[in-house]
Amino acid sequence: MGVKPTQPSQREGLKQMQVYKNKMDQQKIQNKKTSLPPLGGGGTAIKENSMILQKDMLAKQFNELSRAKELGKKVVYTFVPGNLTELILSFDLLPVYPEINALQSGMRKKSAAYIRDAEKTGHSEDVCTYVKCDIGMMLNGNIGPTGEKLPDPDLLLLSYTGCFTFLKWFENLERLYPGVPVAMLHTPYQEDGKITDEMVQYMVRQLETEVIPKMEMVSGKKFDKSRLSEMMKNSAKAEDLLVKVLESAKRKPTPIDAYFAGVYYIGPIFTAFRGTEAAVDYYTELWNEVQERINLGLGPVTPEGELNEEKYRLVVEGPPNWTHFREFWKIFYDIGAVIVASTYTKVGGVYDLGFRHNPSGPLESLSEYCMGCYTNLNLPQRVSLIEKYVKDYSADGFLINSVKSCNSFSAGQLMIMRQIEQRTGIPVGFIESDLVDPRYFSYANIKNRLESYFQMLEQRKIIMTQGV
Amino acid sequence: MNKYYLGVDLGSTTSKAVIINEKDEIIGRGITNTRANYSVAADIARDEAIFNARFSILKKNLETEIKANPEYKTYINDLENVFQYEQFKVRLDKIGDELVKTCRTFFKDGKKQEEILSCLRMIRKAFKPKVKQDYLFNNLGAKNQFFRDIVSEKYNEEVNKLDISLFEPLMTVWDKSINPAENERVHFNFRELIHKAMDELKEKYNQLPSTAADDTSVNFDAEMNLLKGNFQHVSESLRTHIDEVTELEFNVANMTGTGYGRALLPFPQECIRSEILCHAFGAHAIFPDTRTVLDIGGQDTKAIQVDKYGLVTSFQMNDRCAAGCGRYLGYIADEMSISLNELGPMAMQAEKEVNICSTCTVFAGAELRELTNLGEKREDILGGLHKAIIMRAMSLIARSGGVFNEFTFTGGVARNPAVNKYLARLVKENYGDGIKINIHTDSIFMGALGGAMFARRNINVNLPKNEKKAMTQ
Repeated sequence: MGVKPTQPSQREGLKQMQVYKNKMDQQKIQNKKTSLPPLGGGGTAIKENSMILQKDMLAKQFNELSRAKELGKKVVYTFVPGNLTELILSFDLLPVYPEINALQSGMRKKSAAYIRDAEKTGHSEDVCTYVKCDIGMMLNGNIGPTGEKLPDPDLLLLSYTGCFTFLKWFENLERLYPGVPVAMLHTPYQEDGKITDEMVQYMVRQLETEVIPKMEMVSGKKFDKSRLSEMMKNSAKAEDLLVKVLESAKRKPTPIDAYFAGVYYIGPIFTAFRGTEAAVDYYTELWNEVQERINLGLGPVTPEGELNEEKYRLVVEGPPNWTHFREFWKIFYDIGAVIVASTYTKVGGVYDLGFRHNPSGPLESLSEYCMGCYTNLNLPQRVSLIEKYVKDYSADGFLINSVKSCNSFSAGQLMIMRQIEQRTGIPVGFIESDLVDPRYFSYANIKNRLESYFQMLEQRKIIMTQGV
Repeated sequence: MNKYYLGVDLGSTTSKAVIINEKDEIIGRGITNTRANYSVAADIARDEAIFNARFSILKKNLETEIKANPEYKTYINDLENVFQYEQFKVRLDKIGDELVKTCRTFFKDGKKQEEILSCLRMIRKAFKPKVKQDYLFNNLGAKNQFFRDIVSEKYNEEVNKLDISLFEPLMTVWDKSINPAENERVHFNFRELIHKAMDELKEKYNQLPSTAADDTSVNFDAEMNLLKGNFQHVSESLRTHIDEVTELEFNVANMTGTGYGRALLPFPQECIRSEILCHAFGAHAIFPDTRTVLDIGGQDTKAIQVDKYGLVTSFQMNDRCAAGCGRYLGYIADEMSISLNELGPMAMQAEKEVNICSTCTVFAGAELRELTNLGEKREDILGGLHKAIIMRAMSLIARSGGVFNEFTFTGGVARNPAVNKYLARLVKENYGDGIKINIHTDSIFMGALGGAMFARRNINVNLPKNEKKAMTQ
C-alpha cells in the first residue's frame, strides 16, 4: 500500500517556512531602510533601473511634501480616478492622494491599527477601508509612507464623483481640517456607454467656474492654459509608452505581469507625475527594459524571482489586496500563473482604448479623461473591455478579486463573470478579499479557491489539447 | 492482476476513502471521523475501504452461489458486522490502556487512584457486552457508528449511573485519554480478525432462539432461518472463498487526496486535487447529465457548475460562514439533545416552517430556545431550520450561475431527508418543474470517488500515452 509516512513532506514544509520567514525578515529590514513597499521585490529580486527611478521620484515627492510649508507650497488632496494632476501641477500646487497613502499603509502593515482607530471614532465596519485607513493615519499624525509628515490640505479637490464614498470621505476631511475649501467636480456616469458633447461642456463649465477659480484662490496664481497644454504633451508621451508596456503582455511569454507588477507601472502616471518630464523618463526607461526582456525571451519579474514557465495566462478584474500583496502574488507565481491584462491598471485611464491627453483642447481633454476612467464605464462597456482583453491577450482564464470596500468595482461583478463565461467559454473564478483591512484577507480560503481554480484551468488545457 | 485506484477525501468532519476498479465501479468505501492527526484519519478510512473491498469482492465472486443460497448473503453481511466489532475490540483495549495510564499519572493520591481505577474496570465490564450485542445483532441502527461516538456514549451512560462525585474525575480521565487513543494508528491483521469473527458468528448462531417468530428483537428473516440450522455448513463452504479474498493482494495503482486536509496528506504533490473538482467529477460520473452540483459537507457548501465532460466551469463556496452546513446541524442536534440522524426525520413531521432569521450557527441556538419558549413545536422549528439551510444554499447556487439540468446533490448532508424535501421544493419554486434532482446513497463519498477517478485517469501523473485514452472514455 502506497501511503507514505508524513515526515519528509512536513520537514520540507517547515524548511520552506523557515526560508520564507528569513526572506520576510530580510524584507522587513529592507523596508525599514527605505520606508517604501517592496517595488517588485524588496530584498532578493532583480532591481531594474526603472524601479530605482520610481523610488527616487517618490522619495523626492514626499520630501517636498514634508517641507511644503517652508517651501511656501500649497497642497491639494485629491483622488486617483479622473485626477486633474496636470491642472494641479500647472498651478505649482502639490497633490496628495489619500487612496495611495492608504494602500501604502496597507503594504506597510499599518492599516490594521489605523482602521481600528477610525472605528473607535465611530466609523462602522462596513465603511470603505481606504477611508478608515486614511482617517486613522491622520488621527495618528498624518505620517506618510516615507516616514515624513504629510502637510495639511489647502484644498480638497473632489475630482471624481462616480464613487459616492469619495464625497463622504472629503466631508470627513473637511471636519478634520475645518475651514479648508472644497472644490467638487461632478462627473457624469457613462450611463449610455458614451461621452457626449453636452457631458464634456458640462465638465468644462465646472472646471472654469468651480475648480480653476478655487485653485487660483488657493495658489494665488492665474490659470495658465499654455502651461497646461505643454504638460499635456508630456502626458501623451508617457501614455503612449505605458500602453506599449501593457500591450507587451500580448506576447507569449509575456515579459510583464500586468496586475501585480502593473500596479507599479501605473504608479507615476496615475498620481503626481503625469505631465512631467520625470514621468516621460520613467516610462522610456521602463519600455526599454521591457523591450530587452522581449528580445531575450524572458518572462515577468516577480519578488520571488523570474517567472520561468508561463502556465496560465489570466485576465483579472478588481483591485488587489494590499495587506498581503506579496503572499497573494506568490500564490500565482508558485503555480506559474501570470496576469496578462487587468482592469485595475485602468482606474486612472483606459489608455489602451486610444484616449490621450490632448494639448490643443486641454480642458475638454481633462473632462473626457475624467469621464473615461474604468469605474466610470457602464457595465456593458466593462464586459466588452474584458472580453476584448481575453481575446487580444489569449487568456486561459478570467478571475475576479472582489473587494468588500469598493462598490464602484464590486457591484455587478457576478454579472460580469457570467457574461465573460458565456461569451468566451473560458473558466472563470471568484475570490473575495479587501483593500487594506487585513481581517478580510483569509490566506487559507483564498489559496483554497485559487488552487481549485488553477486545477480547473489545468483540466481544461488537457481537454483542449486533445481536441475533444 | 486487477488494478485498483484509491481516493481519499479528508473533510473537516469526516474522512472518506473509496476504492474503484478499472471500470470506475466502487468496490470499497471507508469512513471515519476526522481528527487532529489527519494521517491517521486517512489511514483508517483507507483501511476500512480495503476491508470493505474484500467483502464486496467476496460477494461478487460468489454472485451465482448467493442467488442459489440466499443465506450466504446473510452470513457475509453478518460477518462484516462482526468483523467491525473485532476492530472495535482492539480499539477498545487501546483506550482502556490509555485510561489506566492517564489515571495513574493524573491521580497521585493512591487511594483516589485505586477508586477511579476500579470504576474504570467496572465501566469497561459493563459496556463491552452491550456493544457486542449491538454489533452482532446490527442494533447500531441509524446512529453514528464511529468508534469515538459509540464509546463516548456508552462511557457517559455508565458514568451517569455512578455517584455524582465521581463524574468530574472520570470525565477528566476520559477527555485526556480519548484524543491520544484516537490519534494513534492501529494496525489490524485482516486474516486474524476475520477468523475471530467467524468464531464469534458460530457462537451467535448457536445461541439464537430456536423459534424465530417469538423474538422480534432479533432481526429474523427467511434467510436467517435457513442459516440457523445450516451455519456450520455455510461457514465451511465459504471458508475457502474467504481465505481467497484474505490473501488477495491489493494493488493500488494510483491514488488522489482531496478535501480540506489534502495538503497535509502524505501524498505526493501531483496526487492532491481540489475537493471542488473531485466532487464535481464524482457526481458527474454517477449522473453523467449533471450540470450543477450542490455539495453540503461538514463545514462548507459548494455550488459547482460543470460541463459535459464533468469539468468545473465555475464555483462558489461559503468560506466565511458555516451556517447551514453539517456542523450547523450537529450543533442544533446538541442544542435539542437528540442525535444528528434524528433531526431530519423529526423535521419531516413539521406542519409549518417557523421562520428562522439567524444566519449564524451559534445564534441559531439562542433563537431556537427563544422559539421553544414562545411555544413553537420542535418539529416546526426544525422544519424552518432545514428550510433556512436550503435558502442559504440557493443563494450560493444563484451566485454560481443558477441551477441547470440535471442537478446533483452531494455531501454528508444529502443524507438528511428534510434537507432533500426543501431542496426539491425550492428548486421547483425557483427554476421550475424541468429540473431533475439526483441524490445518490453514496453522496457522502462523491469527493473520494472523484479523487479515485482522477487517480485512474492519471491526469496529474502525465503519462502521455494513457492520457488521451483516459480522458475520452
